[in-house]
Amino acid sequence: MHGLAFSLFLVIVALTLLITYFASKRTKTTSEFYTADSALTGWQNGWAIAGDYMSAASFLGIAGMIALTGFDGFFYSIGFLVAYLVVLYIVAEPLRNLGKYTMADMIAARFDDKKVRGVAALNTISISIFYMIAQLVGAGGLIKLLLGIDYVYAVLIVGILMTVYVVFGGMTATSWVQIVKAVLLMAGTFIISLIVFAKFDFSIVKMFNEVKTATPLGESFLNPGNKFKNPLDTISLNLALILGTAGLPHILIRFFTVKDAPTARKSVVYATWIIGLFYVMTIFLGFGAAAFVGYDKIVAANPAGNMAAPLLAEALGGDFLFAFVSAVAFATILAVVAGLVLSAASAFAHDFYNHIVRQGQATEKEQMLAARWASVGVAILSILLALFAQKMNVAFLVSLAFAVAASANLPIILLTIFWKRFNTAGAITGMLVGLISSLVLVAISPNVWAPEPGVAILVGEPIFKLANPGIVSIPLGFIAAVLGTLLSSKKQDDKKFDEILVKANTGIRDFTH
Amino acid sequence: MEMKQFSSEPPSASINYSEVVQSSSFQQLMREKRRFILPFSLFFLAFYFALPILTSYSKVLNTPAIGSVSWAWVFAFAQFIMTWTLCMLYSKRAARFDEMVEQIRQEAKEGGNV
Repeated sequence: MHGLAFSLFLVIVALTLLITYFASKRTKTTSEFYTADSALTGWQNGWAIAGDYMSAASFLGIAGMIALTGFDGFFYSIGFLVAYLVVLYIVAEPLRNLGKYTMADMIAARFDDKKVRGVAALNTISISIFYMIAQLVGAGGLIKLLLGIDYVYAVLIVGILMTVYVVFGGMTATSWVQIVKAVLLMAGTFIISLIVFAKFDFSIVKMFNEVKTATPLGESFLNPGNKFKNPLDTISLNLALILGTAGLPHILIRFFTVKDAPTARKSVVYATWIIGLFYVMTIFLGFGAAAFVGYDKIVAANPAGNMAAPLLAEALGGDFLFAFVSAVAFATILAVVAGLVLSAASAFAHDFYNHIVRQGQATEKEQMLAARWASVGVAILSILLALFAQKMNVAFLVSLAFAVAASANLPIILLTIFWKRFNTAGAITGMLVGLISSLVLVAISPNVWAPEPGVAILVGEPIFKLANPGIVSIPLGFIAAVLGTLLSSKKQDDKKFDEILVKANTGIRDFTH
Repeated sequence: MEMKQFSSEPPSASINYSEVVQSSSFQQLMREKRRFILPFSLFFLAFYFALPILTSYSKVLNTPAIGSVSWAWVFAFAQFIMTWTLCMLYSKRAARFDEMVEQIRQEAKEGGNV
């Protein structure tokens, strides 16, 4: 039935494997494996950041949410973009100046302590795995819908491909898969948006006028409040979106792929333009689907609205556009999961194995072997979890990943570079409290508990009423980091902070350049 | 401490970071960075959270601005314009930070006795 879509999937697979083949020739050292030898240019990394970040959840999920609930779906688009100001102003440059391969490197630049590194690595792995399960489960369901391939095989195909990219091509293959995907995604979204806009005679006002009558929501489609009814939950979600991005490990490691802080900055600027243009276009996707596919057909294909964009493509451009957009969605999934495998694997191999188990004494060869095996291990674990979670609604895992990133990682990154008194006890308590509070709050939230069977994973009254824990867990992460510091007797080293301050703000490490 | 030994030492041992921190050029860099980043960060956070707070607790943004396009949408689009504008403003300002960093690097190279 979807023969054309199937051929385009094969084209994507062939293209990405070709990239991996060439990348594998340039993946001999740990620096090449983890950071593509820091040789990417600003614009290359800008596209790669965009490709790493714009997940299938943004492409298919937001388009569907806007189509079904109007304005509220657009909240995600706004939060996902404005978050880049936090990345640009506060995180990207110090991170590039202090770190080497992982986020934990940055924290360890100040606190040379195994426990600090271990907890930072644990957070990286938790966030990456949560995010990856959500992506893989989504991918399995999506490919099943698009190609009719069974869920189990779909997850295995994506899982094997992501493993091959990372194991053989490391960061070089991952980056180029992300760049190619970002270009394809922008092209596909642009074509659809242009057709939708043309159908409304290139008039924004006409587009808004027409969607007002196109959905069962009627006039209220254009007003906020169709999806988010609880004000605190809305604000909590927005908090996690804007503060979580700057703590997502798979985004943070992208800044090690360029040579210095000014280039890291340039790459964020490029990424912000690309990502912003993409999220503006989600309106055209959502409104187009609402107007030309229709509520009933979108919900019939997938209750969450995930099929809105592919169905819109079919309605506008027939089989070819449907096949193209499906292939783009497939490439999108592959690029994001590859980045996630790499970030989790680098925490295992670089932080746990090399720095903690081997005291930083492992040889190049041992480190490369560890990095490759860690990638395989992370992939197998994620595939198994995704197969186990097939019947569950795991969309909340993405917001959980953002919440952990905002509550456990961001406070520590900020305090490491800005707070002179901050110490190891504060870093450890902050990270653990941020992680555990997010996990516990989600475990007792409406994501997991619902009084009616079939709505959530377990049946019962949720103890915590908000679906998004950020409004509680983010302050807890900060407070724990500060209290942990103030209550411990451990003296901080002023000289060390001076060094961090200079390095973070200037990148001066030695006199060789 | 003398700064005569070069290559054989581990690189970071040759820089007295506390001295760099106290140098006037570094202090000026920190001051200028703070003067830009702090107010602009507070601004974009306020601008960003104003949208969900207004849409959650009031209906003022539901009034039409242009045709069926309500103020909520205008404010939503303004978030994009705001992000791109602040992005470019920072990028421009940071070029000056880079020049200051270059000067600090030169001073540190010359021996840090500024």
